[in-house]
Amino acid sequence: MGQAVETKYIDVEIERQNSTDSQPYWEKFQVPYRHGMNVISILMEIQRNPVTVDGKETSPVSWDMSCLEEVCGACSMVINGRPRQSCSALVDQLTQPIKLQPMSTFPVVRDLQIDRSRMFDSLKKVKAWVPIDGSYDLGEGPRMPERKREWAYELSKCMTCGVCLEACPNVNTHSDFMGPAPLSQVRLFNAHPTGAMNKDERLEAIMGEGGLANCGNSQNCVVACPKGIPLTTSIASLNRATTVQMFKKFFGSDRMVD
Amino acid sequence: MSKDQEFYWRRLHSLLGIIPVGLFLTQHLFINFTATNGAESFNSVSEFMGNLPFLWALEWIIIYIPLMFHAFYGVYIAFTAQPNTKRFSTFRNWLFVLQRFTGVFLVVFIAWHIFQTRIQKALGTEVDYNMMAEVLSNPWMVAFYIAGVISATFHLANGVWAFLVSWGITQSPKSQKIATYITVLIFLVLSVVGVSAILAFVV
Repeated sequence: MGQAVETKYIDVEIERQNSTDSQPYWEKFQVPYRHGMNVISILMEIQRNPVTVDGKETSPVSWDMSCLEEVCGACSMVINGRPRQSCSALVDQLTQPIKLQPMSTFPVVRDLQIDRSRMFDSLKKVKAWVPIDGSYDLGEGPRMPERKREWAYELSKCMTCGVCLEACPNVNTHSDFMGPAPLSQVRLFNAHPTGAMNKDERLEAIMGEGGLANCGNSQNCVVACPKGIPLTTSIASLNRATTVQMFKKFFGSDRMVD
Repeated sequence: MSKDQEFYWRRLHSLLGIIPVGLFLTQHLFINFTATNGAESFNSVSEFMGNLPFLWALEWIIIYIPLMFHAFYGVYIAFTAQPNTKRFSTFRNWLFVLQRFTGVFLVVFIAWHIFQTRIQKALGTEVDYNMMAEVLSNPWMVAFYIAGVISATFHLANGVWAFLVSWGITQSPKSQKIATYITVLIFLVLSVVGVSAILAFVV
């Protein structure tokens, strides 16, 4: 790349925040354009040369990232008003100025870095795993029908990125709704033949505080999910499962786990 | 109201919105519609309803208690949401916001409507065609009542859609889409019935 070529610049505006409780503020940057840039490479460029558009020296912008191929969920942020992963947000497909904001449904650690702990706490709460530990070998589990595995696989693509929580109007400071992602994991683990042996425990968990009933059917989650997970179908499926669970629990049933 | 019971409160809220509140609203709008056949017709039906045995028990059990629970818990639900139609301007997200907006408006409208009719009856005024015609002689009241009726029919129709999802009846996107068409139809039919009844008092 010769110096003589006229350098193109990308206009970037970033909502920054020094700590969880401090006031957010905006800073503008101009970053030299390179072919094939994504939002992460813009942030790396700013890290190299943390100077605002007015020539003011500033601190480098802080953000999270890991896999850089949209499977880990760490680099989620609000890009031009939409929550998504910054690794797969290509500059050529974005209108400028590119506006970057943290997903403020979560506590902001610093700048674009957020704390997604609440999602991991929810996964623990709903027991999003298959318990197989015991004092003796339990042997093979029941087989899973292939056609069931196909749709369950789609649910397993969830990377706990938090985009669906950011998109949901019912996940906010007034409510303790756990959001769509952990709910869909309940459907996934209840679909698993061994996991289903504890399905009543997971259903009871989402029938508790901050659970399933907080869904208001705005259906933003399914539109926002970067992995195309049928989140609203999962929620409706769990609505049916909890309806049955509610009646079984009240009237009594021998079929709580099978 | 303990938070770990909220699943049951929300299910109750969803159920009461349809049975009995939604059914009552439908019946109410159809009875009003008799006004399009003139004062005689309306007065005879309204007299029949007013003379039902154990009316006070019917009113409290079928209307006031379920309606108040649905209204007050609904206001709580409405104010725990943070609308974001700017970011996600999808059809469903707009209906989500409208459901909450009409719900809050209906609390105001129904409170006023009860004051203007049922409480006046308790104070000794006769509830009949002439009373409503007098109320609706004010054009602002006509607008207020039309807004109220359309809010109610929308809130019920969209509420039926949400009920079908919330109880796990419509799971697939296809069934939810067909439910949308059916509930839009319910909204249109009830709105025509409700608004023509209002206009019958105006002329």
